[in-house]
Amino acid sequence: MRRQLVLRVVAKLLIPYIVLFALYVQFHGDFGPGGGFQAGVIAAAGVIFYGLIYGLADARKVVPDWVVEAMLGTGLLVYLGVGVLGLLLGGNYLDYFVLARDPVEGQHRGIFWVEAGVGITVAGVMLKIFYMFGARGTADE
Amino acid sequence: MNFAGHFSYWATIFLMIAGLFIVIARGNLIKKLVGLSIFQTSVYLLYVAPGKLIGGTAPIIADGFTVYSNPLPHVLILTAIVVGVATLALGLALVVRIREAYGSIEEDVILAGEEVQEQTGGQEA
Amino acid sequence: MIINVLLVLMALAVIAIDRARNLFAVIVLSGSYSFLMATVLVALDAVDVGMTEAAVGAGVSTVLLLAALHLCRSEEAKPAHQPWLPLAVAAACGAVLVYGTFGLPAFSDPQAPIHTHVVPRYLGEAVRETGVPNVVTAVLASYRGYDTLGETTVVFTAGAGVIALLRRRKKRKDASR
Repeated sequence: MRRQLVLRVVAKLLIPYIVLFALYVQFHGDFGPGGGFQAGVIAAAGVIFYGLIYGLADARKVVPDWVVEAMLGTGLLVYLGVGVLGLLLGGNYLDYFVLARDPVEGQHRGIFWVEAGVGITVAGVMLKIFYMFGARGTADE
Repeated sequence: MNFAGHFSYWATIFLMIAGLFIVIARGNLIKKLVGLSIFQTSVYLLYVAPGKLIGGTAPIIADGFTVYSNPLPHVLILTAIVVGVATLALGLALVVRIREAYGSIEEDVILAGEEVQEQTGGQEA
Repeated sequence: MIINVLLVLMALAVIAIDRARNLFAVIVLSGSYSFLMATVLVALDAVDVGMTEAAVGAGVSTVLLLAALHLCRSEEAKPAHQPWLPLAVAAACGAVLVYGTFGLPAFSDPQAPIHTHVVPRYLGEAVRETGVPNVVTAVLASYRGYDTLGETTVVFTAGAGVIALLRRRKKRKDASR
């Protein structure tokens, strides 16, 4: 019981910073190491950490199943949507130059949304795989 | 034969064939998957190592640095890492289903169970 | 160099993974192997790749392996016979690959072909054309954006595949199949 108490307190202290670091890595990926993949995995790792310490049922209350499944599809749709937006605004598919008045600003905007889409999908997939493996074990026996 | 120049390649090849050996020689399915992931990570090393320039820095453009390591392998390997974990997750899901269907994750036991099923199935039909 | 020391440690970790029969030890050793790989990648100036390998290899991968081990609950059986044939095949492959490395450029050769063709343009023009100092992000999201689209689709498909494989159906009373 004493060991569990230490784990619970340390988890409560660390998890907000893990999620904050994931957001930092996502949006600061243009100027330092980082980007969509790393941020998605770190965010999923924070929630997996919560699920390991407090139990899968509590993790499911914090991030419900429908949210995770929505994340799976939404990220990919955001990526595809940026491509279609390039088509609608007069350029080629996934053309970033037409997304804003200034081409470099358009590139910046395109890269931002594309990395956001990638981060959402990767976080959703990692979390969904963890939920699936966890759910398979509790329904047995 | 430049030993110092090629040591990193030979270490990479050793890791590669060690991973390959674990995949083909060991019968436990989870150990085979671990060997496969070792094989994959050694390939990452094979790609990234030639891009390194001694005296260079990470490929993030900043004032004061002129020599940068090659960013192109980094891009390819970022994709490869995420695809690798995706295949590992699918492989592990298959192992879990195999365990539920055959009761074991040892290759010999599973193949023996398959032979018994074939024989009894053939006799019934 | 520190890289060579780390590579030797990784080789020792892989030999230990091969010899260990307790699967929990195998998984923990593979987590430490991924951590050493992330360190080597950072030493090779691949900071993005090192961060991804540390998060994915030493983090999520180890968690998934432990979850699968908990569901399978076994230990590796004693091998029935000595694996001489796989050892010979692996050694032959290794010999051919080592023969192939004699044609490769030496480590950190600035004249190597990998540094010509497209890369000077990426390094020179990335900030001017995209406004993003991190050249890896610029190449990943802008110059090679289609590849990243394909990769996101692969990740999505893997998630869908795991859902399809491990989804629980409602249990039926009669014997299935």
